[in-house]
Amino acid sequence: MSDSVNEGSGIKARLGGHLRENGMLLALVAIVFFFTVVVRASIDVDFLSAQNITNLFLQNSYVIIMALGMLLVIVAGHIDLSVGSVAAFTGAVAAALTVQQGLPVWIVIPATLVVGGLIGAAQGYWVAYWRIPSFIVTLAGMLIFRGLTLWLLGGQNIGPFPKSFQGMSTGFIPDLFGDWDQALLGLERLNGTAILVVVIAAAVLIWLGLRARARDIEFGITPEPTGLFWARNIVVSAALVFVGWKLAQFRGLPNVLVILVILTVLYAFFTENTTAGRRIYATGGNEKAAKLSGIRTNRLVFWCFVNMGVLAALAGMIITARLNSATPKAGTGFELDVIAAVFIGGASMAGGSGKIVGVVIGALIMGVMNNGMSIMGIGIDYQQVIKGLVLLAAVIFDVYNKNK
Amino acid sequence: MAALLEMRGISKIFPGVRALDRVNLTVEQGEIHAICGENGAGKSTLMKVLSGVYPHGSYDGEIHYDGEVLALRGIRDSEAKGIIIIHQELALVPLLSIAENLFLGNEVARGQVINWPRTYQRTEELLAKVGLKEPPTTKVEKLGVGKQQLIEIAKALAKDVRLLILDEPTAALQENDSQKLLDLMLELKTQGVTQIIISHKLNEISRVADRITVIRDGATVSTMDRHEITEDRIIRDMVGRDMAHRYPERTPKIGDVLMEVKGWNVWHPEQAGRQVIKSASLTVRKGEIVGIAGLMGTGRTELAMSLFGRSYGRNISGEILMGGKPVDTSTVAKAIDAGLSYVTEDRKALGLVLEEPITRNITLANLAGVAVRGVLDKRRETQVAEGYRKQMSIRTPGVFQKAVNLSGGNQQKVVLSKWLFTDPEVLILDEPTRGIDVGAKFEIYGIMNQLAEMGKGVVMISSEMPELLGMCDRVYVMNEGRIVGELTRDQASQEAIMALILKDSGKAA
Repeated sequence: MSDSVNEGSGIKARLGGHLRENGMLLALVAIVFFFTVVVRASIDVDFLSAQNITNLFLQNSYVIIMALGMLLVIVAGHIDLSVGSVAAFTGAVAAALTVQQGLPVWIVIPATLVVGGLIGAAQGYWVAYWRIPSFIVTLAGMLIFRGLTLWLLGGQNIGPFPKSFQGMSTGFIPDLFGDWDQALLGLERLNGTAILVVVIAAAVLIWLGLRARARDIEFGITPEPTGLFWARNIVVSAALVFVGWKLAQFRGLPNVLVILVILTVLYAFFTENTTAGRRIYATGGNEKAAKLSGIRTNRLVFWCFVNMGVLAALAGMIITARLNSATPKAGTGFELDVIAAVFIGGASMAGGSGKIVGVVIGALIMGVMNNGMSIMGIGIDYQQVIKGLVLLAAVIFDVYNKNK
Repeated sequence: MAALLEMRGISKIFPGVRALDRVNLTVEQGEIHAICGENGAGKSTLMKVLSGVYPHGSYDGEIHYDGEVLALRGIRDSEAKGIIIIHQELALVPLLSIAENLFLGNEVARGQVINWPRTYQRTEELLAKVGLKEPPTTKVEKLGVGKQQLIEIAKALAKDVRLLILDEPTAALQENDSQKLLDLMLELKTQGVTQIIISHKLNEISRVADRITVIRDGATVSTMDRHEITEDRIIRDMVGRDMAHRYPERTPKIGDVLMEVKGWNVWHPEQAGRQVIKSASLTVRKGEIVGIAGLMGTGRTELAMSLFGRSYGRNISGEILMGGKPVDTSTVAKAIDAGLSYVTEDRKALGLVLEEPITRNITLANLAGVAVRGVLDKRRETQVAEGYRKQMSIRTPGVFQKAVNLSGGNQQKVVLSKWLFTDPEVLILDEPTRGIDVGAKFEIYGIMNQLAEMGKGVVMISSEMPELLGMCDRVYVMNEGRIVGELTRDQASQEAIMALILKDSGKAA
């Protein structure tokens, strides 16, 4: 092919990248808007009430948390079907340690995370060093850890948990400002910390965006059109401030949301700005070439699974804390929600591509749809069909863009 | 003789580029017609027009074939007319048998039921025609590339081919398989099969072709008859300028010994008891280009890969010294640290992460060079990539272009950049110009000379003897896993190399 053809497809590729992320964001906004209107019209409930926004994050936190780890696994060219079972099992472990052994939270949490890591290591070992397809190893893991959960719990629910453990899921960040701001604004309730945090977050996002843009221009990459850039940032910032404002009038920032945001930032940084993250992409993109470039691909794959196990354990504890009991059925089918979120988020089945931001938006799209459809009282049957169609549509959109 | 095929004024436009510009091509009944041109000149596009991949109406111009004007809607139409194309990438199903492959989509069947006895009988007839003796039930994966290529031809014969198009048929073949294939082409010609061959290998073209059409930048440059064919003229027409020297000039400045390999032994990774490399020893000096010659399958790639972090083989023994000191090259990372680099034979499968941009490919083997404590400095990464883009003249709209969008020559420059960024002492280049057009080859040679000039040691593995003779200061000759001789630039000639190989094979027999 001649250079001029390359140039054409190159520009398209850059626009395509923006198109994907902006399209996802637009879809999320559209879906939220849709439910807000429809829920209001049909059953006269405020979809964007503080209570429901809080719920949304509580309900979906574990999917998002596991999706962060799943992205790494999928980027590396593998899959982990066991995460739902592992989350259930680690939740049961946490229950056994807390409720039956009476261990304090500061021992239980790290111990459970270690158990998750060991489970990930046990599975990753076969995948990475024995080259057994991850689909098979983790399918086995899915059965094994579901069975072990039943065994550990003896078929019973274990609970309740002390407040300190529940706080991981249902706790809120306390207000640092006291009550003077409420008095000032004449409101019954206002959590100043929440407001401050989201305003800072919005400012940081815009600043990072501007910096990346300046760098693009410096390197001679055609930047995203100015209008589009600001439109997106204004939408995102407005959404952030709106969510913060709503939460501030309820009980403040949920602990889970804070965990979620910290993890998201951490993983986004890891995948995009560290050598280890870069190597995972190369491994998934072309393992042989990565290996011949001195990258220890087996070890990376192994650690991806360990990381996945740790995150599954964290998710398991959050589920358990939220339900206030460990149940044998916890996390059933979560692996599919998690994997769907990653693919809706734009990762490729073949490995080597996908972004943390995309995955979080993908998980939020799934979460908002679950939540909205449940509020509207849509049956689980239709819910499944609709979620399936959304997943298919997202992937078709990708393939269409790639071939165009 | 009458013209079987006449393509008149064929133009094909892709968004943003005119791939073919009023190309004319006349192929006489019963001849072998060669089409030459650089990568991207439009040869493959032209053949896709002819075979219906680009259907009638998607291009301008007329195709006259056997007295009628063709309006093909797809490959099925062209195959019905007896026009069959064999693509560079073989289209066989590895896990199916020879017989199943030969009649895939064209089964010998009554209704939907396959007639196996008749299938096997016809398979044997067809295999005999292409000179193969394999049982029809052999799975295709068990055959080497050379035989697979012959199966492709047999498959074409099964469809009553009248015009056979071969797109770079010998690109992946070793010397004797290529010879067999060319012989078969001549044999088919006597049976009246008209053939078009696309090839980069000028010696092969001059051996089989009756006429040559040279295409450059999407247009026909010239058509020559057999007696007019000279390699120099073909090259001149292809690149549009005189290439008095196919290999750039260099005055070697050879220094001290950089790398020394002593008594290197390697066993096959799967087949126990099969020794692939037998006590090989070699030296590379500063500023020197050293060639490794030998037939395919003699262990050249295996030698290079085993040296480079034991990426091939097992029970490896022997010693590597860099600058006189023994070094540990037991993993790829250690080999890179020791100053070794290995540019693989297969760029796409082993050298590049195709879906990633040039920047990421260039820094992949030395991410530490653009990172501080594990955190990447993307600004620095881009500067590094820009630097190599200029130094290597990588032709691309930008360094954020995905590697998959580059031409073969430019991809190879990206791979070379990747290894240069690891600051190696010795670079082992495995078939560095395979599948690259003449112009880009010249550039790669120039880069190799630059490397030698910079005081690096360059080891070049190549199956093209003229290239070794043109580039190397010294040539090692390998045969059956052993280094059987060493020739200086003055001693080296195709005859001398072949003589060493034949003498050694004779000893073994």
